[in-house]
Amino acid sequence: MENIYATNKKKCKLVKAKPETIQFLLDYSKSLHFVEKDGIVFQSNLN
Amino acid sequence: MEVLIDDSLLIKNYINGDERALEILINKHNSRISGFIYSKVNDRNITEDIFQDTFIKVIRTLKRGTYSEEGKFLPWVMRIAHNLIIDHFRKTSRMPMFEGSDSFNIFSFVSDDRLNIEKQMIKEQIDCDLNLLIEELPADQKQVLLMRIYRDMSFKEISEITGVSINTALGRMRYALINLRKIIERNNIVLTN
Repeated sequence: MENIYATNKKKCKLVKAKPETIQFLLDYSKSLHFVEKDGIVFQSNLN
Repeated sequence: MEVLIDDSLLIKNYINGDERALEILINKHNSRISGFIYSKVNDRNITEDIFQDTFIKVIRTLKRGTYSEEGKFLPWVMRIAHNLIIDHFRKTSRMPMFEGSDSFNIFSFVSDDRLNIEKQMIKEQIDCDLNLLIEELPADQKQVLLMRIYRDMSFKEISEITGVSINTALGRMRYALINLRKIIERNNIVLTN
């Protein structure tokens, strides 16, 4: 069976969204509200 | 040990106001969605932007209550990401972006020749000071200097208008410049831009 003699194993970094991006999305989610009144949907973004 | 919770339960909790459920959802699918986007765009920053825009759409749809739960959360998110990737490529093909390198910089070729505000102010000040200095010169020298420098006349034309020989006009110009330098030195005036 073939052996791989690479010295730098697991050096490849997986592509993942940064923690700052995730935090931004969570903050955005918390600030976003939709309110429906008489069939009209109102959007508010309260920081 | 991380407990795997079903997507539909997380979505239900999130719609009911549990913000923590969204965090779990994002972290759960982060690698797969980011990997999918990166495989198409090959750029980490663009991947980050599209990932963010994808989840903004997800959040808006879930909060508006227009999401219909059919147990296909991930394929739905992937479809949003896919559409945003297409939008990205459409936009870049309409407005191709050119990036310079260390060896080539577009601004070496395309530049703005105008002076910046600071240099423009200095130039205006120097012009103003120079006008005052010229006023100090004797009338005949001043006349030749103004005709030569400001009206761009030749010494032949100056000699014809003033009624003196070309050599006299040349001499007056020479003395005008010498006298200007003397005034500048005497008053310690700095005229540089």
